[in-house]
Parts: sequence; structure tokens; C-alpha cells
Amino acid sequence: MNDNVLIHVDGLKKYYKNGKIKALDGITTDIRTGEVVVIIGPSGSGKSTFLRSLNLLEMPTSGSIYLEGTDITDRRTDINLHRQKMGMVFQHFNLFNNLTVMKNMTLAPMKLLKLSEEDARERALSLLKRVGLEDRADTYPSQLSGGQKQRIAIVRALCMEPDVMLFDEPTSALDPEMVGEVLDVMKRLAADGMTMVIVTHEMGFAREVASRVVFMDEGKIVEENTPAELFNNPQSDRLKSFLAKVL
Amino acid sequence: MSQWLARQKAQFILCFIDDNRWKYLWNGLGATLKITVFAVFLGIAIGVVAACIRFTYDKTFQTMRPGPGKVLFWLANAVCKVYITVIRGTPVVVQLMISYFIIFASSNNGILIATLSFGINSGAYVAEVIRSGISSIDPGQTEAGRSLGLNYVQTMWYIVIPQALKNVLPALANEFIALLKETSVAGYVAIMDLTKAGDIIRGRTFSAFMPLIAVALIYLILVMFFSRLVSLLERRLRSSER
Repeated sequence: MNDNVLIHVDGLKKYYKNGKIKALDGITTDIRTGEVVVIIGPSGSGKSTFLRSLNLLEMPTSGSIYLEGTDITDRRTDINLHRQKMGMVFQHFNLFNNLTVMKNMTLAPMKLLKLSEEDARERALSLLKRVGLEDRADTYPSQLSGGQKQRIAIVRALCMEPDVMLFDEPTSALDPEMVGEVLDVMKRLAADGMTMVIVTHEMGFAREVASRVVFMDEGKIVEENTPAELFNNPQSDRLKSFLAKVL
Repeated sequence: MSQWLARQKAQFILCFIDDNRWKYLWNGLGATLKITVFAVFLGIAIGVVAACIRFTYDKTFQTMRPGPGKVLFWLANAVCKVYITVIRGTPVVVQLMISYFIIFASSNNGILIATLSFGINSGAYVAEVIRSGISSIDPGQTEAGRSLGLNYVQTMWYIVIPQALKNVLPALANEFIALLKETSVAGYVAIMDLTKAGDIIRGRTFSAFMPLIAVALIYLILVMFFSRLVSLLERRLRSSER
């Protein structure tokens, strides 16, 4: 294992219905600090399942995931502690509907990192400024547009100062004109050196921002490479036909 | 006409003014309110706990790792299920009499026993109401909470349950209106509640109309007042939905 490996995934499998459905069929890969890994693939290829396994929202059937050297699939590991280091952004935003934007952001830092309310608010405000939404601190999620919700969801996760950010199709539920504002935030995050794992259908974004693109199909990693190589010089037939359809 | 009015006035004086009989109603109202209010809180407390156990069991038991925790959890769920079945399957007045004459036979604190009985009774209904409320919350809310590192209990407490309670508020209000009126059977175990008070006046004066209509009106006013309170609360809670 390399020194700067942040997440090491070893032979990850996720079966449903006693193995009849193989959502993940033996995934082995490393995610290094500072890397932006974009996962692409047809629907049902297991990309979301893989991403959700990384912080154990899906419990894998077998295989291991090491976060900074600790096997988080081990039942003796406190998963809540490790989830604090992995921010997650969902397709449907999942902002807490009963809380204001500010409370959405300060809840976890106050409860888990034991920040004072003042410190948590300060941290949240400076993050809100970075995404241009500081005037929305006291509104409820239902009063925000989709793009605003997703930007809030991103900074809510950042409020925990995670080591890696996981994005599960962050722009798929957005109106087309709002996709840009969310991708902009993600691009800036990548430029700041955040380690990111992103499941997306935005091929342009993948090409521009990714340090590595992973193509998955039928629960397996079929091909992975730099974006330039993977998009311009696909090796497998499966990837070729996929790219022909989406590009 | 004036003769009729004079008769009603005499009846009124007989039923409520003579011997200060209005005090029966006043004290009875106090007992009814005491029982109802404390039973409501007890019902919510029991209901939330039972609903959480039932919901969590249905969600996670299959995938739980074997061990003593799992056995305990199975037991807790079984207790909740039996509790809900038994309480919902028997009349509240029978439960009250069992409490008073059998379980707490050594105590004669009727109000306390009635409060416990009605609270435990209400808890079973509230549990099912709240469980349906929790089920109605998008699983994404839980996932978001857990992904930040909050544990299951924190996620339920700060995120899921507040939203669930808000969603089921009308159903809960219904339940509490029913509870208020159900306490009218407290007279079965020698508690001087509002209904019993009216009945005592009827017995003393051999006049049924005035006391019974008065009791009915008081219940009606209470329920209307409570409904008003709930709709105000609903409007306040709706602030999070623009």
C-alpha cells in the first residue's frame, strides 16, 4: 500500500437475493489523497452502490474497505467516527427539512466535534459565503431552489472538515440551468485539493476535473485511466459502446 | 313563555347554586383535566418509544448481527407488539377497572391510577400513529444524518422524529380529543370527574336536564379550545414549509 492512499478497497462484493443479483462483483481500487475520481457507467452498473458502500450506507456482502489504514467493514470499528471524515452529497440533496440552513450545517459539528454554537456558526457562515448563499442562513430548505439546496448540502458536509467527499449523482435531480452552479462549487473544491469520489453522468465535467475516471459495468471496474486516455482511447468494447451513446 | 323561563331559572338555581352544587362540576373538571393532561404526556412518551422500537425492528432486524443485543431487541419488539395488541383489543373501562381493583388494589389514589391507565391506553394508539409518521419520512433524511456521523438515536431524535410528529399532528390531536372524552368512564372507579359530577347533581336534585347538558357543554368547549390550540400549533410548525 502506498503512503498517500486514503481509501483502499479490497475485493468488495455486494449481493442481493442470495447472490442472484451481484450489484458489486469484486471491486479493488485505491483512492489517494488529493485525487478526484469520477465513476461513470450505465445505470445498474453498481456505481452508486459502490459509492454508498464507501461509508457503509450499503453494507457489503464481503471484501474490505480501509480508510486511512483502518478496516471500516470490521464490526469492531466505530463507523460513526469514520463517517465524520467522509462527507457525502446525495442526488436528492437530503437537507434536513425541519431545520434552517444554518442548523443543517451546525448540527453535526456541534454534536460530534463539540464545537460551540458560536464557532459552528462562524464556520458555517464562511462556507456559505464561499458558495454565495450567506443570505440564506435562516431559511428552510423548502424555500430554496434545487441548485441552492445542493450547494448547501455540499457545504453542510464540508462543515465537518472531512478528508474525502463522496458525490452520488449530485446534478442528476437538477434543472439543467442549475447544473452549472453546483459543478462550479465542485470544481473549486477540487482545485483546493479536496479528495473527491464522484458518480456522475456529466462527461464534460469528468473530462475537465477528474484525475482518474473509472468505468464500471455489471458490478465490476471495466476500465480506469486518466480522462484524456479513457475518453479518447477506450480499450474495451463495452466502454466504446457506452461512450458512443453518451458523448 | 315567562312561566317556562321561570321554571328553568328555578331548575338552574336548584342544580348549580343551591348547596354550592356548581363546585361538583368545578372539581370534576379539575380531575378530568388532570387525568387527561398527564395521560397525554405519558401516552406520547410511551408512544414514541414503542414506535421507535417497532419501526427500527422492522427496518433493521433482518440485517442485525447475531448476539445478545439481537435477542434483547427481539424481546423488546415482542413486548411492544403484545402491549399494542392487548391494549387496543380491550375496552378502556375494563383496563381501568383491572388497574383499580386488581393491579393497584392496595392504593386508593384514584386520579393517579386513572392517569396511568389512560396514559398506557393512549400510548398504544399513539405508538401506531407515530410509527406511520416515521415511516412517511424519506429514508434520505436518515442517510444524510448517518453520513455526517450522527448515530442512529441522534438521527432519529434531531431529524426524523420532529418531522414525523409534525406530519401526524392532526392524527395525534384526534387521539387526544378521544382521550379527553374517554376519561368520562373514570366514575366507574369512584373518581369524581366531570361526568360523575354531573351525575351526582342529577342524583341529588332528581333533575337530569341541567347537569347533563352542562357537562356536555363543558366537554364541547374543552374540545373546541383544544382544536383551536392544535391548529395554531400546526400553523406555527408549517413555517418550515414556506
